[in-house]
Amino acid sequence: MTSLPTTPSKKKLGLVIDLDICVGCHACAVNCKEWNTGGHSAPLTDTDPYGADPTGVWFNRIHSFEVENEDTGGRTVHFPKSCLHCDDAPCVTVCPTGASYKREEDGIVLVNADHCIGCKLCSWACPYGAREYDEDAGVMKKCTLCVDKIYNPNLPEESRVPACVSTCPVGARSFGDLGDPDSDVSKLVAKRSGYDLMPEQECKPTNKYLPPRPKKLGNDAPPPELAPVADSSAGVIARWVDKFLSA
Amino acid sequence: MHPAKSVIFFTTASGAGYGLLALLIAGNIFGLIPAQFWLAFIGYAVSYVLITGGLLSSTFHLGHPERAWRALTQWRSSWLSREGVMAILTFIPTGLYALHQLFFPEMMQGIMGLLGVVGVICAIVTVYCTAMIYASLKPIHAWSNNYVPAGYLLLALMSGLLLLNSLLALWGFATASLQLVTLLVLGVALGWKITYWRFLDSSKSISTPESATGLGEFGAVKLFEAPHTEANYLMKEMGFKIARKHSAKLRLITLLAGFIAPILLIILGLFLGTVGSGVLMMLAVISAAIGLVTERWLFFAEARHTVGLYYGAPHA
Repeated sequence: MTSLPTTPSKKKLGLVIDLDICVGCHACAVNCKEWNTGGHSAPLTDTDPYGADPTGVWFNRIHSFEVENEDTGGRTVHFPKSCLHCDDAPCVTVCPTGASYKREEDGIVLVNADHCIGCKLCSWACPYGAREYDEDAGVMKKCTLCVDKIYNPNLPEESRVPACVSTCPVGARSFGDLGDPDSDVSKLVAKRSGYDLMPEQECKPTNKYLPPRPKKLGNDAPPPELAPVADSSAGVIARWVDKFLSA
Repeated sequence: MHPAKSVIFFTTASGAGYGLLALLIAGNIFGLIPAQFWLAFIGYAVSYVLITGGLLSSTFHLGHPERAWRALTQWRSSWLSREGVMAILTFIPTGLYALHQLFFPEMMQGIMGLLGVVGVICAIVTVYCTAMIYASLKPIHAWSNNYVPAGYLLLALMSGLLLLNSLLALWGFATASLQLVTLLVLGVALGWKITYWRFLDSSKSISTPESATGLGEFGAVKLFEAPHTEANYLMKEMGFKIARKHSAKLRLITLLAGFIAPILLIILGLFLGTVGSGVLMMLAVISAAIGLVTERWLFFAEARHTVGLYYGAPHA
C-alpha cells in the first residue's frame, strides 16, 4: 500500500549530518556502496565500471559547494546527501504498484523490488534525488538506512548503525531516533539548530543537517614582534647563542 | 526532464484517441454526426488504435513491463495508478456504446445514451489523470501548475476535433459549423500554449541552491565539485538540458505546425468546399501531429527538476 502509514510511528530513524565537521572524504559513500551491494537491495549495479563512461547505483553522494560572501569571504562546504526518509514522502504516494512504502514501525522508506515495475515516477517525485534506477535489475533502489545492519543481531551492538555512520572518520554523521525529543540526535539538532533541506517542498524530511559554525573573524592584527628569548637571567651558553643569532 | 519517446507517443496518441472517442460518442448521442456505419467504424477503430497503441507504448519504458498490472492497485494515492484504472474502465462504457451504435442501433436507446455519457466522462477523466501524473510532481515547477491539466484536456479535444473533421470530410459530411468550432479550439489552445511559455519564462521554482543546501545564510551557493566525474542516473533522467536556441526553434515549430498551419488549412478548406477540404484536413492532422509531438517533447525537455540544484543548476 503506497498510502503513507495512517498512524505514523513515533519512532523516526534518521541521520544527522554535521556540515561543520564533514571533510568531504567520500568514505561514507564508499562504505555505503560496499555494504549495500551485498545487502537488502543488492547488487548496486555498475555499468561500464572500467570504461569511458562509468555509471552506477549509489545511495549516498557527496557534493561540494562553494558559498560566496563578500563580507565573510568564501567557504567550501562538503555536503553528503542520501535519502532523507521523509514523513510526507512523495516517492511513496506516487508509486502505482505499492512497491514503495514507508515502514510504520520506524519510518524507513523502502522499495519492494519484487513489485517495482521500474516506471521511475518516484525518482521524479523526490525533490532531493534520493532514488536510483538499476538498469540491470529494472527496478528502483534507494538508501535503506542499512535496515539489514541496524537491526542485525549477528553484529555487535556498536556496529548496528548505518554503514555511512560507522565509517565516517571524523564523526560528522549521527544516527538515531529523531522522533524522540530526548534522544542524543534530537538534542544535537536542538543544540546546533539543525535544519531541513528544501522545507518549501513540504516533504518533512527526517534527516537533519547541522550548519557550519561561523568563521572566526576579526583576527587581522599582525603577529607579535619576535623578542629575544633569553634575558640576563639565562645561562652563559643561552646568552651566547642568543647574541650569535641576533647579530 | 529526459524526453522518453514512449511517453511522448503515449500522451499525444492517447490524448488524440480519447478526444476523438469522446467526440464520436457525444456527436452520436446528440445526433450531430451522420449515422453512417463505415464512418463510425473507422472513427472508433482510429480512436482505439491510438488509445491502445499509446497505452502499450507507455509500458515500453518500464523496467518490468510484465508487472504492469500491479500499477492498477494504488489508485487511492497515485495518479499514475488512477490513469491506468481509468484507461481500462473507459473501454467498458465506450466499447459497449460503440458496439451498440454500430450493430444494434435500435435497441435500448435510453440506457445506451446514458452509457455513452458515462463513456465521454470516463474519457475526459482519463486524460485528466494523465495530466495529473505530471501536475502532481511538486519538484518540477514547469509541471506543478494548473496550466498542465488544462493543456492536456485542450490538446486532446483539439486533436480529436481535427481527426473527426478529416473523417467527416473524407465521407463528404464536413460542416462549416464544426470547422468553425475547431478553429475556435485551435485558437484557444494556441493562446494557452503561449501563456504557458510566458509563465515558464517568467517564473522559477521556489527552491534554490540556497534552500536545497540550507546554506543561504552564509552566502550565495554554487556547486564546487560534483559527486562524480561522470553523469549519473539522476543527471541523465532529471538533468536533461536543452539549448535555449533549440528550444526557441522547437517552440516555433510547435506554433506553426501544431496550431497556425491547421488553422490556415481549415480556413482554406472552408473556401474550397468539400473535395478540397478532405485533403486539407488530412494535411492539418499530419501537421498538428508533428506540432503536438514537438510540443510534448518540449514539455519534458524544458522542465527542470529541483535535483538539478545539487548539480550546479542556478535555479529549478
